[in-house]
Amino acid sequence: MKLLGDLDWSAIPLDQPIPMIASGVVALGILAVLGWIVASGRLPYLWREWITSVDHKRIGVMYCLLALVMLLRGFSDAIMMRSQQAVAFHSMGYLPPEHYDQVFSAHGTIMIFFVAMPFLIGLMNFVLPLQLGVRDVAFPTLNSVSFWLTATGALLVNISLVIGEFARTGWLPYPPLSELRYSPGVGVDYYLWSLQIAGVGTLLTGINFVTTILKLRAPGMGYLRMPMFCWTSLASSLLIVAAFPILTATLAMLILDRYLGFHFFTNEAGGNMMMFVNLIWAWGHPEVYILILPAFGIFSEVVSTFSAKPLFGYRSMVMATMAICLLSFMVWLHHFFTMGAGADVNAFFGIMSTIIAVPTGVKVFNWLFTIYGGRVRFTSPMLWAIGFMITFVIGGMTGVLLAIPPADFVLHNSLFLVAHFHNVIIGGVLFGAFAGYAYWFPKAFGFKLHEGLGQAAFWCWFVGFYLAFMPLYVLGLMGMTRRLQHYDVPQWRPWTWVAMAGACVILVGIVCQIAQLWVSIRRRESLRDVTGDPWDGRSLEWSTASPPPAFNFAVLPDVHGEDAYWNMKQRALKEAAAEPAYAAIEVPRNTPTGFVCAFFATVMGFALIWHIWWLAIAGILGAWATFVVFAWRDRTESEIPAEAVARIDRANRAARLSATVGGAS
Amino acid sequence: MASDLRRIGLWAAFGAAALALGGCYPAVLNPQGPVGAGEKLILLDSLAIMLAIVVPVIVATLGFAWWFRASNTKARYLPDWAFSGRIELVVWSIPVLVIMFLGGLTWVSSHDLDPAQPVSGQGKPLEVEVVSLDWKWLFIYPDQGIASVNELVAPAGAPIHLTLTSGSVMNAFFVPQLGSMIYTMNGMVTQLYLRADRPGAYYGLSTMYSGDGFADMRFETRAVTPAAFAAWAQGAKAAGPVLDAAAYSALSRPGTAPPITYRAVDPALFANIVSLKQAPGPGPANAPHIPAAAPKAPS
Repeated sequence: MKLLGDLDWSAIPLDQPIPMIASGVVALGILAVLGWIVASGRLPYLWREWITSVDHKRIGVMYCLLALVMLLRGFSDAIMMRSQQAVAFHSMGYLPPEHYDQVFSAHGTIMIFFVAMPFLIGLMNFVLPLQLGVRDVAFPTLNSVSFWLTATGALLVNISLVIGEFARTGWLPYPPLSELRYSPGVGVDYYLWSLQIAGVGTLLTGINFVTTILKLRAPGMGYLRMPMFCWTSLASSLLIVAAFPILTATLAMLILDRYLGFHFFTNEAGGNMMMFVNLIWAWGHPEVYILILPAFGIFSEVVSTFSAKPLFGYRSMVMATMAICLLSFMVWLHHFFTMGAGADVNAFFGIMSTIIAVPTGVKVFNWLFTIYGGRVRFTSPMLWAIGFMITFVIGGMTGVLLAIPPADFVLHNSLFLVAHFHNVIIGGVLFGAFAGYAYWFPKAFGFKLHEGLGQAAFWCWFVGFYLAFMPLYVLGLMGMTRRLQHYDVPQWRPWTWVAMAGACVILVGIVCQIAQLWVSIRRRESLRDVTGDPWDGRSLEWSTASPPPAFNFAVLPDVHGEDAYWNMKQRALKEAAAEPAYAAIEVPRNTPTGFVCAFFATVMGFALIWHIWWLAIAGILGAWATFVVFAWRDRTESEIPAEAVARIDRANRAARLSATVGGAS
Repeated sequence: MASDLRRIGLWAAFGAAALALGGCYPAVLNPQGPVGAGEKLILLDSLAIMLAIVVPVIVATLGFAWWFRASNTKARYLPDWAFSGRIELVVWSIPVLVIMFLGGLTWVSSHDLDPAQPVSGQGKPLEVEVVSLDWKWLFIYPDQGIASVNELVAPAGAPIHLTLTSGSVMNAFFVPQLGSMIYTMNGMVTQLYLRADRPGAYYGLSTMYSGDGFADMRFETRAVTPAAFAAWAQGAKAAGPVLDAAAYSALSRPGTAPPITYRAVDPALFANIVSLKQAPGPGPANAPHIPAAAPKAPS
């Protein structure tokens, strides 16, 4: 037995300049940041206040940060693909197939699992307890474990850039291509273990959020008084709880095939790849609603706040959300109409898929009527929302087209399909995440993001999106399929150039966003918001200080209706009310459990990928021991004394009062 | 202003697309057979139905947002207006009605255009057995007893009955101008009927990613006159190697292949591939970082 399993020097692609240079730059960047942290003496602070934090706000911020960093990685994959297709006419371009195939597989995997998911989970983490008027999520330590397991998955995907390779199977590894026989390398194993580990984190998050929303709400916060974002988060978390076990089981079966010679999905011995395709989409289709529903929630908050009106048709919206939640499990077959299932089956799933357009359409109309009669302020979150409404109806329309089997027979797997799902994922999920980012940033840090650069970023993304993806619709209608490393149809070529130009405009948008963050931090004093309510908000998160204290609310709010904080402001209860009686508040103690556990999970994942069995066992034992130690802890909470609570809250009330009086005069 | 730009851009794109899509390359909007034509019709019909809602919604979004801008003092502010039963009824009804209509269209067209649904045509259908391999297409003509690689030849006007499987991983058979793509899967058979109305050469490709040589899985579909087809079959019978189990094994190794024909085919070969008596393709040699056969750059 070799000490390092299958791992040796040949695993490092020294002969391939692109991954070596890319990973070199990234490694240097990480080392520089780490060096700066250690040299400036910030490591203990980072460990104490962030890495071991179980505060939902800090964890939420870390999730968003992870998503933004991974967005850069996923986008660099995107721009490589676009530039490859722009040059690969009658030529092999600059990315050989074995590299190009990893790039598109990594792009999809990263963008879905390590950008869209953490971004939205991060926002949910930060916002949910604040909107519900409570002090934390139901299981704070579990929350930390979830985050660090997600980070483990992201880390393993990035390690594959330097050590070994990533999957060359597409973002969903259809067997038999992903079986050992056709993919003997470690790429698929990297995919499987990073998603298994991150998937556990996501499942725990789902359980945590469902429990939080069902069991922890401020007094008076009935279900039909919850802000829309809480409803969509609940729907999304329910979907996570129901769908992610399917993913875990499906990937586990593929792992058994690859590691222990099972035959779930192989060609031989009774295996059946169609089973994998059904199972993966039984997870995969709910997954797209896991992503889009929280984004719908964000848009509901943003449109209502910046139109200075309550959300139109709130109950209708709740119904639509839950309808989408249910229907999302009944449409998975539309991802493979071309498998030849027969007319009845195809027609059934086609009709079920188009039915989802009904509640979705209702949502769009309700946002429209929320704007109607409002006083619309065109801040950057609102721009993202309007950009979304325009873009998403186009994406929804092409989605319904693809849901009609005969249309799908000529468009499936084409660039039309690629354009469609980018249309809904960029125009829906990502615009939503960016809207939420701009909207809640001042709540998280106490100062607003630079508005000019934010609007510039929006316009670049908006125009860049249309430039990059409208040509893909055209190319799909011209018969161009996805994942082509090179091609020889001259008429396709000009459109790939336009798409490339679009990707470059998006790049400018991303540069604007980086500049925005930098400039906003530099000018934070002039962008400071002391009121805690910079947008004239309507829900409870705006009733506390920015950034909120560790305990969120000095006294748990008492809710009397929808738009809880707006009602308080209208009745001037908040400012006029006498100072409440402060009591000591218990907050959960920080713990390194999540971080340590994720460390062992990383070790285990890496060891399993490279067949280093002793190390894998050590990793499992380490993770288990971490939980045992945590289970035997003596103290779970620490107390913030009443005087401290009073001091923090009085400062907030004073700032808010003076700002309100100043604003009113 | 931005919306104007966007709309101008969109129209420009549509205009350019309309021009571009009319050409005689693999455009699905330029079908050359009844299946493709039927699918194009469904595509355009449903697009038109939905545009009737989508365009007003986009216009209303921009219009409402602009009119109700905070600085517009003429706009009426309704700070508490959050429900209207009548509007709710309308906003649920519009999508429901559209989807009922589209649902009917979906049901009927799914049955009419099911890939396994025979199409009419002159003469009896040409039987073709299709095998996707790493990374080439094998076409077996059981009635003629011949086979071809990366070139499908068929008489124009006659129905083509394709029976498809895969020799290794999943692929999808697609000739955009003739219509309907369909998956090929090892150990399983899918059915597809197509017809080319006019003689011509139509671009064909795999539309299901199948590994490093995927981009080279192109084939040409040549629709020729019945007489020319008979002549081609005669010519193929007269020359070329025999496709038996050994020749198939050699062909199924990963790599691309030039178009060739086989003068004779083991009549049980297709059935043996489907029943796995003929072993599935071997896949790449066991080397993690090097593809077994680097695909040849196109000339």
